[in-house]
Amino acid sequence: MSAPLGHAMSDVMIKFETESGSHAVTLSAGESVLDGLLRAGHAIPNSCRGGACQACLMRATSGAVPAAAQVGLKETLRAGGYFLACSCRPAEDLTVSLPGAALAGTPAVVKRVDLLSPDVARVLIECKEPFAYRPGQFVNLVRPDGLVRSYSLASLHRSEDVAGHDEHLELHVRRVTGGRMSSWLFDEAGPGHAVELRGPAGECYYVPGQPERPILLVGTGTGLAPLYAIARDALRHGHTGPIRLYHGARTVAGLYMVDELREMAAGHANFEFHPCAMTEPGEPVAGLRVGAIDAVLKADLPKTAGWRVFLCGDPTLVAGLRKKIFLAGAKMSDISADAFLTRAGA
Amino acid sequence: MSTASAEKTMYEQIGGQPAVEAAVDLFYRKVLTDDRVSRFFDDVDMDRQSAKQKAFLTMVFGGPANYTGLDMRRGHLHLIARGMDDSHVDAVIELLGETLAELGVPAELIGKVAAVAESVRDDVLDRPAGSAKGTRPGSSNTAAEKQGGCGSGSCGCGKN
Repeated sequence: MSAPLGHAMSDVMIKFETESGSHAVTLSAGESVLDGLLRAGHAIPNSCRGGACQACLMRATSGAVPAAAQVGLKETLRAGGYFLACSCRPAEDLTVSLPGAALAGTPAVVKRVDLLSPDVARVLIECKEPFAYRPGQFVNLVRPDGLVRSYSLASLHRSEDVAGHDEHLELHVRRVTGGRMSSWLFDEAGPGHAVELRGPAGECYYVPGQPERPILLVGTGTGLAPLYAIARDALRHGHTGPIRLYHGARTVAGLYMVDELREMAAGHANFEFHPCAMTEPGEPVAGLRVGAIDAVLKADLPKTAGWRVFLCGDPTLVAGLRKKIFLAGAKMSDISADAFLTRAGA
Repeated sequence: MSTASAEKTMYEQIGGQPAVEAAVDLFYRKVLTDDRVSRFFDDVDMDRQSAKQKAFLTMVFGGPANYTGLDMRRGHLHLIARGMDDSHVDAVIELLGETLAELGVPAELIGKVAAVAESVRDDVLDRPAGSAKGTRPGSSNTAAEKQGGCGSGSCGCGKN
């Protein structure tokens, strides 16, 4: 087989198939499929560019997809040739397309947007079709113009096994300076606005079966959303072991739902809530721990062996906490971490 | 040909995949907290690093391994560029032995595992085969032998 004119045999060609026809793009050395297609002017949904959010999910109908480009995808998707374009640096030519109708999003509408704090909004989403998820997983929220961003689910789905669920999907959204999606959600989106949900994805969720297991939940900022979901999911499953939630922010202003969580702690003997801030607040806040969240944790839980741990929020903090908690005894396989990446350029 | 019932492979004797699972966290913690080698294992992506540990342990336990000598060489080049040398390989083999001892693996098996680790020293350090210290007959300075490969128990392999 000879290479087309102008291309070396080692160049990788991507054949991008769309409704309007086939487009060939030659990848530069080391270039990802996403970067190559964007460079050629194709609008491929994307967000984190780090292989986590799955916004850039595509499907290869011919050619071998490197394993690195399928990390995090469910078995059925992997088997079907689906891959994450931002992580795909193939060694051979691929024929690709965007996920077909079968993987198109679930139509939904914005039900309500409330402020939980000056810069955190609770966005309630009503699905037009059944949408299955586990509390703590994340979804890709798609705007009508195709903009996609990932948000963790703070709500409890209707479960066949246990009572207690939330009527609508709940997202906690931080207002990001210059953030296109967050600005839209805060300032423009209102009841009835159409959106699409893709997913769910993610490994941060409660698995029933070990009701006495101690659970440690640590988050910063809107990392609280999935942790709040996991805690409530555990409790509605009758979890009896200790559930400890640490929520940290630089200042008290970065915390939210403090009263709600305190009430939850008051109502459940095995649930503890520890709000943390780096600096002393102007007015005292009952139960507030002052200091770096990892220092607070180390003081409270010097040995973590046996604990099931969920970490969500700022990537640097999550990575640091994960290491410290692992070194303190928790098993690697017992630590689930979800780093909240802010889209570069928002 | 050995009879299936009588002889277990080294991998089976150590405990197969469950043994790898039990060892990986212990081993990973040790290398992360040992100042001699921690910088080579300190990776933000702990999942990926842990997966590498599992693959390494599976290999040295005599389990199914897909590495070629070339893979080992290529895979460690960036560490050699950062100063990895024999002393670090020694340290890793030592920590591997400690891990297995803590898990109750018999000294003789530990010695065998260390010998497998020792056998890839030249690949890991990207050297011509046979240039590692102590690989010629008669030499007794390899970390592997210190782990109990000598079989006599006089080298302190039972210290843990």
